[in-house]
Order: sequence, then structure tokens, then C-alpha cells
Amino acid sequence: MTVPETLLDTPLAGLHRELGGRMVPFAGYAMPVQYPAGIMAEHQHCRAAAALFDVSHMGQAELLGEGAAAALERVSPADVQGLKPGRQRYGLLLNDAGGIVDDFMVANLGDRLFLVVNASRKHIDLPLIESALPAGVRLNPLPDRALLAIQGPGVAAIIPSAMRFMDAALMTIAGIEVLASRSGYTGEDGYELSVPAERAEALARALLAMPGVMPAGLGARDSLRLEAGLCLYGNDLDEATSPVEANLTWSIGKRRRMAWDFPGADRVRAELDNGPARLRVGIRPEGRQPARAGTEVQQGGADVGVVTSGGFGPSVNGPVAMGYVARPAAADGTELTLMVRGKPLAARTAPLPFHPHRYAR
Amino acid sequence: MTALKFTKDHEWLREDGEVFVVGITDHAQTALGDVVFVDLPEVGREVTAGEAIAVVESVKAASDVYAPITGTVTEVNAALTDDPARVNADPTGEGWFFKIQPSAPLPADLLDSEGYNAFLETIA
Repeated sequence: MTVPETLLDTPLAGLHRELGGRMVPFAGYAMPVQYPAGIMAEHQHCRAAAALFDVSHMGQAELLGEGAAAALERVSPADVQGLKPGRQRYGLLLNDAGGIVDDFMVANLGDRLFLVVNASRKHIDLPLIESALPAGVRLNPLPDRALLAIQGPGVAAIIPSAMRFMDAALMTIAGIEVLASRSGYTGEDGYELSVPAERAEALARALLAMPGVMPAGLGARDSLRLEAGLCLYGNDLDEATSPVEANLTWSIGKRRRMAWDFPGADRVRAELDNGPARLRVGIRPEGRQPARAGTEVQQGGADVGVVTSGGFGPSVNGPVAMGYVARPAAADGTELTLMVRGKPLAARTAPLPFHPHRYAR
Repeated sequence: MTALKFTKDHEWLREDGEVFVVGITDHAQTALGDVVFVDLPEVGREVTAGEAIAVVESVKAASDVYAPITGTVTEVNAALTDDPARVNADPTGEGWFFKIQPSAPLPADLLDSEGYNAFLETIA
């Protein structure tokens, strides 16, 4: 018997229960893992039409003041200063050893930067960013805002806008002003919508009333992001892992790679010059059996790595996984053996994503 | 057709001549969600009541299935390999997992359907 922890509710807790959401603990919050339709149907619906996710557990904050972008660059290798107004970018927070503290989204709203960080890491990220701020730059956490994600190929028709992938702008939906970014965590087109907590339920109800929109839980969110080859912090990324190992070198700004002026730059530079010892790759098990996080990866009887995310991909209609393998095993098509419950399961290194991204570029 | 018996691990069993047919309950398949893979024991395996001998994988997670009685596995439901969704569609029929020929008296704590439903109430 585990001691029951006190879970936080998002502003949509009442709606989740009304919709029949099965609530589970996640990063300290009670979150719906699925609704009555089930993970498979919610996943497929997101790929075919539109799915609404509550991601209010994620951390939102704004960074204000002269030099805010330069200040954020002290803890991240992203090119924040080069981010144009109305644009959003994916970035990493790094520690001094070049390990990944978290991944985040940053949008340039003209007069301030808007940040979204992981729920499980916000208590670490915000003090880290705070510690890097000079006088005149202020970090303002936004715990009173909810975050909804509406994702799928049907979204463009029900929420028309001139925004393209990774644009960020204010928008009014059903009379409610939201901060929208055309992005998400599913590989599909869609928006993430930041809204004051007290308007979150009205916004969610308005979105659910739009044609073809169905609620989806964390289960579908996880299978969608895995098929899209997107990392989950705590599974695929951690403080021991570098951006080069994680195959996220693209998130390091070109200017930053000239100046090497970010935490852990020595390690990143050495790994770019010499190649990292291990790399994040896609892994396709043969047959139908999924290989879950923690599964050992072998090649010719020797341990070469570990699965960090794994499950069944409903759109792939087969098992899919991501993990870290020694560089010689990282080439696409390399034959691997996964040790699932003590039994060998044949697999191959595979290109990511497993399901093609369909962003509004 | 004889009445089903149940375990607190959410297996059902049904006597069929000299063997018992075993599967997971409707409650279990609902809790697991869409079943995508079933890892079945080898025919001929000697199993002990309470031993994990099969695995059922949903989109989200893997769960053990336990032998409800002691005996020998005489047959497994090979149809689940190609169509694991049968576990969801017909958990106490076409979604059966394996058959065991008992080699020892049945455990005393097997439940009838009334007892199992009462047990479900206590864990709801």
C-alpha cells in the first residue's frame, strides 16, 4: 500500500469527470489517461480529425525586461535572441556538464518571452532560469493559466488563422482571448492555447462543441508523441544526457555553435567533433509485441543500450520504441535484440518519426 | 456450460471436461483498455496457482496473467496472436487465454460470480 499523495487538479477537473475521464496521477496532478472511447480510438481520432487535450499541468511563465532573451541563453543553447516576434522555438535547458535539465518552448511575444516547461520539471526549471537573470529581467510564473492542446488535421478548418507552424499570437475563440501557438506534441497540425484558468472550461466546452472534436487523454498523447519521435522528459531525456546524444543538436542555435557560450559547451563540442558514445534512435520490434521503457538492447549478445519509451503505435499498427544505443548500432536498419521479460525479441534501428509530421508549414 | 469461477487477480476459469479454460475478466479488459498483444505460455508447461504465466499488453502497459490453479497447460488460444482485440470484444468467450489440466485440488479462495462482483465493489 502506497501512501496516497495529494494530487493537484487542473481547472478542467470537473469537466474530465463529467466526460468520464479515467484519472491517474501524473507529475503531481490528477490527469485523465483516457476517456470512455479509449486510447486507441482517441489516438486514431487525433490522426483523422481533431482531439482536445488538457495540458494545464505544464508550467507556463513569462520573462520580461530588457535583455530577457540573452538571459535565457545563459541556461540554454537555443538561439533566443534571434527569435522573431510572433515566433516560437523548441529549446533545452542545460546544466554545466551539458546534461539536459528540461526541454521547453519559448515564444517571442514582442514585449516579453512566453515559456512552457514540463510539469515534472517546473520546480527545477524556474529557479534555474531565475538564477541566470540580471537586474531588470523578471521571471513571472503563470500558475493561474490553463493550457489546452487541440491537435489533428481537422483543426485548420475549425480554427482558421494565418498562423503557420511555430507561430505564436493572441487569438479569440468563442469570445475568449487566448495566447495561441501553432504547435503541439502529436506530429499533427494544431494549436496549444494558453487561457486564464477561469475561462478554461468555457474554452474547452466551446472547442468540444466544434465539429469532429473529441477529448483525448495522456495515454493517446503518449502514443501520438512516440510515433512522432518526440521526446518525453524523464524517459528519453535526463540530466545525464546531452543534446548531441539525444539527437537534438538542431535545437542549438548556429550562433551559439560558433560562440560556444552555453553551459556544457565543452561536452557538446567534443561530442560533435568526435561523435557521441550513444545516440537516441527509433527502434522497431518485429511482430506485434511491444518493448517498454527499460528494456535492454543487445547486439550480438552484448549490451548496447536501453529502450527509453516504448509501446504500441496505433497509426503504425505495430510496436514502436525509442532508446539509446551505442553509436555503431545507431545506423538505420541495424539488427538489434530486445530482452523482453528475459526473452529475445528481434528489432531494428529505425528512422524517426514513425509517423510523418503534418505541420502547417 | 458450467458457471465461471474467478480470482482476485481478475482471471476467470470454466471447467470443460478434464481441463479448465482461463481468461481475464470483463472488468480486467475494461481496465486495461485496447489489448494489442498477448504473450502466452508454452503448451506442456507445469504451472502453480498464483504463478505469472502470460502477459497481456495494452497500448499503455503490460500486465501479468496468473495461473489460477496448479496443473499443466494443455492448449493456448493461438487466435489471440493475430487478433488480440478478441480479449476486449469477448473476454469470457473467444478471448480465452489458455487451458490447464489440474494436478492438485483447486485453491480454496476461488470466487463465484457473486463473490467476484462483491470483491469488485470493495476495490472500486
